[in-house]
Amino acid sequence: MLLSRALLQRHSVLPGFDLALGFTLLYLGFIVLVPLSAAFLKTATMTWPAFWDTVTSPRVLASYRLTFGASFAAALLNVVAGLMVAWVLVRYGFPGRRIVDALVDLPFALPTAVAGIALTALYAKNGWIGSLLPFKVSYTPLGVFVALTFIGLPFVVRTVQPVLEDLQQEVEEAAATLGANRWQTFWRVILPVLTPALLTGFALAFARALGEYGSVIFIAGNMPMVSEITPLLIITKLEQYDYAGATAIATVMLVAAFALLLAINGLQAWARARQGR
Amino acid sequence: MSTPAQALPLLPTAHAGVAPRPIRSATGEPPWVKGLLIGAALAFLAFFLFLPLAIVFAEALKKGLEVYWASITEADAGSAIRLTLIAAGIAVPLNLVFGVAAAWCIAKFEFRGKNVLLTLIDLPFSVSPVISGLIYALVFGLQGWFGEWLRDHDLKIIFAVPGIVLATVFVTFPFVARELIPLMQAQGTEQEEAARVLGASGWQIFRRVTLPNIKWALLYGVILCNARAMGEFGAVSVVSGHIRGQTNTMPLHIEILYNEYQFAAAFAVASLLALLALVTLVLKYMVEQRVKAQKRGGRSRRVTPREPEA
Repeated sequence: MLLSRALLQRHSVLPGFDLALGFTLLYLGFIVLVPLSAAFLKTATMTWPAFWDTVTSPRVLASYRLTFGASFAAALLNVVAGLMVAWVLVRYGFPGRRIVDALVDLPFALPTAVAGIALTALYAKNGWIGSLLPFKVSYTPLGVFVALTFIGLPFVVRTVQPVLEDLQQEVEEAAATLGANRWQTFWRVILPVLTPALLTGFALAFARALGEYGSVIFIAGNMPMVSEITPLLIITKLEQYDYAGATAIATVMLVAAFALLLAINGLQAWARARQGR
Repeated sequence: MSTPAQALPLLPTAHAGVAPRPIRSATGEPPWVKGLLIGAALAFLAFFLFLPLAIVFAEALKKGLEVYWASITEADAGSAIRLTLIAAGIAVPLNLVFGVAAAWCIAKFEFRGKNVLLTLIDLPFSVSPVISGLIYALVFGLQGWFGEWLRDHDLKIIFAVPGIVLATVFVTFPFVARELIPLMQAQGTEQEEAARVLGASGWQIFRRVTLPNIKWALLYGVILCNARAMGEFGAVSVVSGHIRGQTNTMPLHIEILYNEYQFAAAFAVASLLALLALVTLVLKYMVEQRVKAQKRGGRSRRVTPREPEA
């Protein structure tokens, strides 16, 4: 009764509010909030100089550069390729379209470790694709980029696809009637409508890539200063029982992730407003 | 997803799977542009999607069926499969109950702090898997908050099965809630209120009114939740301790085999998880169609009363 009296804004005849909210809050607290706060509290026990030295040591800085850089590049490729895939899936008919459509979600469903070893084998020097390329992909920073592209692939497609489906044909017809060619119509009429969805997809793919571990560590080679991602550095510190160091780096990543989450929420609100929903 | 006919209402109706008749309209592209775009999109997907999937099975069967069979039936693989099933078997029902409870209060009631709650529910999705494992180590590990107490009482959570289950629960936390909340919000409260006025108890309302309305979305959430639970690697890796035959899940078993250069065996176990992913995609696709149909039905139900369910 306490919860409903304190929080309910409107009386409802439906039962179960106290029970449902009580359980929700309890479960959320135990599973998510308490453990997450442990990371921040652990970091708070460090002195500021110790924290700063840990999170800005050269090896850690190199891992930020790789993690953020490769995530950004992969998300960027996914914006271009994802728009193309969404466009083709929505607008054109071709044999196997439905199967391709269903397979786009594979990176969501395929365990990251499986994706990791598959991509490594594929892009290794003697692999199906690696043997055709004049440069090394597996065990280089380029491999990190490949794995993160795989991981982020569905995000842009799945955010752009519904917007593209809802797009009013009349607007394109109007553009054509007014003398715009197809390219002008795409660039000046269609693309502006898709921009919020594209940005949201980019941000989602980027955020997912920042924390990714399983698919990357197999293909990266994990050389310190060169191809070592930040999540791996956290694991390395943990294996040396340096819990404080691991947590300090984790806190930096958490703050970045939460900032992105806020940005994504803002983007989605904007996208909804633009779509008039 | 929709058929091209829906996206291009001006073209002659195209049946699903059949290409629309090529008519050059003011809002279409010339055939060579179409071909180029389809080709480029498929090439991209081949490099990043189809070939990675295909190579899993190719590598798994490279040394023949016997090696394949031996790899997935040996004792360590068996115990890894068992542990994966246990972790998913606990995490999925827990998050299912949570998802229903969270969706019930968020979708059916107006209360202060709802938006904060919604954001907090999504939180685990934005946390790196590695950090998801780390935070449990900080709470239950030997150096953690309850570390000494647990050791004194001879309880093991980190580097043991409970830690693996907890980490799995964390990473799959939002899945069911996320599918249910928007659907139940869209469905509103009228039907439940009507049932209440007619004298139904809370449990009756849920079982006879709400549940039939959300069953497909519920199943959808469970399917996604399960796929992630069985495939989780990073979070589980931190809390597992990698004890062969005891605290190795399937993804961790794959890693060990791979690092020992037993590639055929690693890919054999991986192929099981890849099959699971394919089954997940098929189920997902089927349920998606149902959810879409239900959403359409949900809109019309307000006008036309349905036959009461037997």
